[in-house]
This record gives sequence, structure tokens and C-alpha cells, in this order.
Amino acid sequence: MLETTGLTAFYGDFQALFGIDVRMQQGETIAMIGANGAGKSTFLRAITGLLPTRREQVTFEGRPIGGLPADVIVKLGIAMVPEGRRLFPSLTVEENLLIGAYGRRTGPWSLDRIYQLFPVLEERRSSPGTALSGGQQQMVAIGRALMANPSLLLCDELSLGLAPIVIREIYRSLAQITAEGMTVLVVEQDINQALAVASRVYCLQEGRVTLEGRPTELTREQIGRAYFGA
Amino acid sequence: MIAALPTYRVERGTTASRIGTILGVVLLALLIALPFLTGRATLRLAIEIFAYLTLAQMWNLLAGYAGLVSVGQQAFVGFGGYMLFALVLFLGLNPLLALPVAGVLTAAVAVPTAFVVFRLRGAYFAIGTWVVAEVYRLSFAQVSALGGGSGMSLPAAAVRGIAADAQLRESIIYWVALAVALLALATVYLLLRSRWGLALTAIRDSEPAAESVGVDNDRTKLVVYLVVAAVTGVTGALIFLQKLRIAPDAAFSVNDWTAFVIFMTVIGGIGRIEGPIVGTLVFFVLRALFADYGAWYLMLLGLVAVAVMLVAPKGLWGYVADRFALQLFPVQRRVRLLEEPRA
Amino acid sequence: MNLLNAVVQGILLGGLYALVAAGLSLIFGVMRLVNIAHGDLIVLAGYVALVAVWATGLHPLLTLIVVVPIMAVLGYALQRGVLNRTLGADILPPLLVTFGLSVIIQNGLLQTFTADSQKLQAGAIETVSLALPGGLAVGVLPLAMFVVAVLIIAGLQLVFYRTELGRAFRATSDDPSTARLMGIDNAHMFALAMALALAVCAVAGVFLAIRSIFDPAIGPARLLFAFEAVIIGGLGSLWGTLAGGIILGVAQGIGAEINPGWQLLMGHLVFLAVLVLRPQGLFPKGSLA
Repeated sequence: MLETTGLTAFYGDFQALFGIDVRMQQGETIAMIGANGAGKSTFLRAITGLLPTRREQVTFEGRPIGGLPADVIVKLGIAMVPEGRRLFPSLTVEENLLIGAYGRRTGPWSLDRIYQLFPVLEERRSSPGTALSGGQQQMVAIGRALMANPSLLLCDELSLGLAPIVIREIYRSLAQITAEGMTVLVVEQDINQALAVASRVYCLQEGRVTLEGRPTELTREQIGRAYFGA
Repeated sequence: MIAALPTYRVERGTTASRIGTILGVVLLALLIALPFLTGRATLRLAIEIFAYLTLAQMWNLLAGYAGLVSVGQQAFVGFGGYMLFALVLFLGLNPLLALPVAGVLTAAVAVPTAFVVFRLRGAYFAIGTWVVAEVYRLSFAQVSALGGGSGMSLPAAAVRGIAADAQLRESIIYWVALAVALLALATVYLLLRSRWGLALTAIRDSEPAAESVGVDNDRTKLVVYLVVAAVTGVTGALIFLQKLRIAPDAAFSVNDWTAFVIFMTVIGGIGRIEGPIVGTLVFFVLRALFADYGAWYLMLLGLVAVAVMLVAPKGLWGYVADRFALQLFPVQRRVRLLEEPRA
Repeated sequence: MNLLNAVVQGILLGGLYALVAAGLSLIFGVMRLVNIAHGDLIVLAGYVALVAVWATGLHPLLTLIVVVPIMAVLGYALQRGVLNRTLGADILPPLLVTFGLSVIIQNGLLQTFTADSQKLQAGAIETVSLALPGGLAVGVLPLAMFVVAVLIIAGLQLVFYRTELGRAFRATSDDPSTARLMGIDNAHMFALAMALALAVCAVAGVFLAIRSIFDPAIGPARLLFAFEAVIIGGLGSLWGTLAGGIILGVAQGIGAEINPGWQLLMGHLVFLAVLVLRPQGLFPKGSLA
């Protein structure tokens, strides 16, 4: 459903991605791991249209989408849970969720379904989004992305800054979401968490894919080498 | 294995700046001799050009370097002008002597003004300065001793106090205007070369970063604001000394003393010493060509300024200088390698 | 008695200032743009109404049917075509471009309509007044305009806090880049905000043009009043802006009562006093629902 071929990305003169080839099937959960600065977030920014790329370098559901405006790409069905949650401070929890549905795609996800998934959010629906705890904010960010009824969900560093117990809870919810057939790409520094949910994994290092495979078939050494370099 | 460190020298001069110095000396000699070469009409135009050049230099220092985008500099032009009239009228001061005093008084009134407008930031600061200029205008319109709303003329006796002969009087005012313009140029140049200049550049580039390396932003900005007010006040006094008449609407005109000045700076290139010079020249050329068209001309001026801001935000000089690496007034420090490091 | 009358008149005029200020505040709120040409655009709306009256013989209040959409479309085009290109971290470009725009509009109006003062004549309704207890008389038209102004501000509040459009405005204002990830087209959103602001200002422009004479050079005064109302009321609160406009109007009314030359001065002085004593404004965000 999503395929990148030779994806490159630049920040001004600085090249951050050097020809990334990634291929995702419908219903898969893919993990992308790599150290700080490996290019994981850049990869997501390029797919979502926040960074310019060449049109043919990204195809989604058979259609070239590279470099389309971010607001157009969401409407095609790619939603993102951004790093650091990025809730809108002047919007309440419920408004944060509702704004996720701005693109008006139809699908199974609604406000009620989100509140079923994260009951605590319904209790806090009228609070400013930023008044919540980090874990609850992450739930809002996930819910907000689901409200777009995407066919592909991108998650950037879900575990960042959260306590281990909260991380486990968030990943349990993610498993529920994938169980319903959602295609998910998880970008993580936390390797264990990522490998636990993923059916396939890509490892990035300095803007290049250094490893690709099924978590069950990869050895610790292989991953360590791909992650940190030789 | 450690790579060989390059040897280098920090310098500011450029070849262009050295050629510029020679040309500058020749030009200066010509300008000083101008009263002996031309008639009164040319002198009057030249005085106006120097006044605008000074105002543009000052606004550039304020907005382009200190980041204080004021649209209320007419407050200081008008205040300086009125102080000249008041000093001559009430204290019987010679108008030439009154000029620097008017500058000092303008700096003094800029202190409480700063106290108020510095509470506003960014774009709000801009409009706040405009409100203050309006307060000045409306207040002076209430002072009947200075002619109230309809204004007043400088007494003929005081005018003769400068020089009995009109030609000589015009020449003297011209030399003063030239001196003030050069002084303003030198002030900006030296200020930017001093450690204040580095502080200003740091503030312009990033206020929090400047703060973190120990630059006192507010103090630096205040000093610039007061210096600019003083020079603007002297210029205002000079402008109305030449006009011999002052009235609130003319003295505190936002179009004459701020809009035009901003357009000159923007068209020439904001944040560069050369910008206001280029901009002032362009402004007067456009005026000479199109001023007969009245409001159309002003619309054209507005359009040119908007177009420059959108297409070449660094102005005409910035556009040229970036292409050819020109710098007439070297204020940037350049690090030049004396010896290439060995690979 | 005169003083009381001045206060009442000031309140009514202040409502219109608040309407102008609400437009300014909306634009700043959504895209951090301070539009120096704001006042000139309001004067332009007055002239558009004037042309509509000349061309069709409509009652000036009915010209709103054409003036409001014209100004909204103009706002959208202006933002999309010019002002969006100036937005960014640097405050200079928007400030200087709108300053240039102000000079262009003023001189365009001067060239087209001369410097003569104009006024929209509303006919017989201008002289109808209501007798209030205490011997006060309030003009029906100014009162109606005040009520409409308050209703529009209430409507803006509703749009901002109760509709999807308002939600998108606030989200874009908070974080334009994340808003794009929600499917919000920032450029379109900014242009809509400007269209809405100028639609509101068109109403204020026509009302002000009926209430008092205007000429091509009066725009900056309108801008300053609007700015003062916003600061007096406190940033980010539309009800605060309404209060700010009324305080400004009352200050001007009382000033005029003391001495005609003091009308504008008194308004400015009240603004400066608030700035010095309470720089966050009298009713900052959050103090009013």
C-alpha cells in the first residue's frame, strides 16, 4: 500500500535521507528503528508532505504522492501521531479529537469509538488538551489521528518521555488498533517495544536502511550492528 | 592524528571598501564646495536629501539593527522642530545653537516615551509608537504659545541671526545638514563596529540567544532608541529651520517623516548602512521624475516598496551586494584564511 | 447631564470601535499579522458603499448586501495573493507590506474621490431618537448600530468557540505545521480569517460612514482606535475588546465635553495609562468567558 523508492530528503543543503526503499502491505505493522538522527522522523516528514520530495519517490495505494501538500496527503488516508504529541493548547480534549476529523474521511472511527478505546479521555473531554498527563496526551494524539479514519497510521516516538507502565498501556491500545486491520508504521528508539508489535522491521542509520527483516528472524548482533554501526 | 589548524586573520576591510574610501574623499570635497557651485534651488534640494538620508540612517539603525520597528519617528522630528521654535522664541537662542539643544531635549523626552512603548513588542511596538506620535501632535496643537493648531513662523529677526544674506544663510544650513548627515553615518558606522554593534547583530539574529551570552537586550535597545531620537530631533529642527514655519500636522506627519523614510530604507536595503543611501537616492530620482503625478506617484512609491519587500527583501543594495560581495562600509568581521589547512 | 450624555454617546460609538478592533484582533489571533492597512480598508468599505449608493440609489444600510461580500472577497484575495507571502518569524515583512498597502489605498482613494469629506446619508432615521429617563435622548440609529455591533461580536465569539471553522482557526493559530497534518490548508485558513475580518469591518466601515464624515486620510485614525481597544481590553478576548472599545469611546466623549481638541487626546491618554498601569489589558484572556 505504501512504497518508497530511492526516497531522498534535504534540509536546505543538508541531505538527510539517501535513497530509502520501504514497502508496506495492507494490515502490516512495521517498526522503523534507529538511533537519534538516523533519519526516522525525516522519513515520516517526507511521507506526510512536511518535507518536499520527488513525486514518484512515494506511492500510496498505487498513486504517486511524494511532495504533495501535507493537508492533501491526510485526506488521502495517511495520518500521523507526531513526536511530542503536539496537541493544540487552545483546544479542549474533545476539540483536539474533532479537529482530527477535519478531512471528513469516512470509516469506523468516531468520537464514541475513541472514548471506548480510551475511557479516561471522555472524563476529561472539556479540559484543555495540554492539562493532561503525558500518557493521556499521547492517547489524545493517537485518537486525533484515528479520527481522520486513515488507512495508514504513522506513529513517531510513542514512548518518548513516558513511564514504562504508561508505555505498555499505550502499546496495548496500539495492538487493539492493529487487530482491527489498521496498517501501522511505528518509529521508535525503544527497540524492544518496537520489535514486540512489529511484523517487520527496518533499521535506519545515517539516512540509509541498514537492515530489514522479521523480528523473529533477526539476531541481537545483527540489530546492534545495524543500529549503532560497525 | 590532529589535522593542521589553519592560520587566519580577522579583518573587516574589503577591496571595494578601499576604493570606496578614495571616491568618498573626492565626493566629500565636492559636497563641501557645493554652495559655491550652484544656486539656492539646488541647495534646498540637497538639504532635503541630507535630512532624509539622516532620518533613513536612523530608522535603519533602529529597525534594521535593533529590531525596534517604529512607525512613530515623526514624534521626534516634530518634537525637535518645535523645540527649535520654542528655544528661539522663549529663550532668544540663536537657531544654530538651538539645533543641538533640540536634539538633547528630544533624547530627554524619548526616555518617558520609551518607558511606555517598550511595554509593547514587535508589531504592537510599531503601532504604539504611532499612538505616541499622535499624542505629541494633538498636544502641540493645544499649545497656543506655539501657534496652536495652525502653527507659527520663525521670527524674521531670529532668521537674520543666522546670516543677514539669504544665500549665505542657505549655505550655512546646507553645511549643517551635510555635517549632521555625515555625523549620523559615522555614528551608525562606529556603533556597528563597536561591541555594541556585535550585541545589536546578536539581538537582531536571536534575542534569547543574545540574552544567553550576556547581552542586555533592553539596555542595548534603549541606548539605540535614545541615540536615534536625539539625531532625529536635530534633523527635525533642521528641517523646520529651513522651512521657517511649523504646524502640528506638518511636523508630525506620518507620511513625510516615517512612511517615506521606511520606503527609502526598504527599497535600498534594510539592515545595511548602504541601504538608506541607495534608497534615498532612488526616492529623490523617482520624485524628480514622477512628483507631478501627485497621488499616483505616492501609490507608485508604495507599490515599489511592497514589490521590493516581496521580491527582494534585502533591497536593491542587498541584491547587488550579495551578487558581487560588495561592502562600502565594512562592519562585518570576516575570517580570512592565510594558509590553507593541509588535508 | 451633558457628561452623562457624553458617556452614553461614547458607549454607542465605542461599540463600533470594538467592531473594527475585533477584525484586527481576529487577524492577529489567527496568523500573528498586524495589519497597518486595517483602518484604510475600513475607509475603503465606506467608499464602496458610497459608490453603491451613487450607482443604485440604495439606502446606505442596504448597501451592506454588496459591500460585505466585496470586502470579504477582497480580503481573501489580498491574503492569498500578497500577505501570506510575508508571514514568518520576521515581523518586518508583514508590517512593511501592510504599511505600503496603507499608502497605496489612501492615495488611490485620494486620486479617485479627491480629498473632500464624504458622508453616507441615511435619511429620516438619522434624526429619530428615543427619550430615556433623566432627560437623555438616544438616537435610534446609533443605538441600533451598537446592538448590531455587539451581536456581531457575539457571533464571532460563537464562530470561534463553537464551530468547526473556529476550531480550525484556533488550531492553525496554535501550531500551523501540526494543523496541516490534520488536513488544514494554512494558506486557505489565513485567507478565510482575513475574509471574515474584512466582512466584519465592512459593517463597521459603513456604520462609521453613516455616523460621521470621512475622507481618504482618516484610515490611520481608525487603525489606532482599533489597536487601542484591543490593548485596553487585553489580547485574545473578544469581550475584552468590546469593553476596550467602549472605554475608548467614553474617554473620547468625556474629552470632547471638556474641550473639542481633547476628544482624541483623551482616548490616547487612557490607552497609555492602561499600558503603563496594566500592560496585560483590563480583561486579558481567560478573565472573561
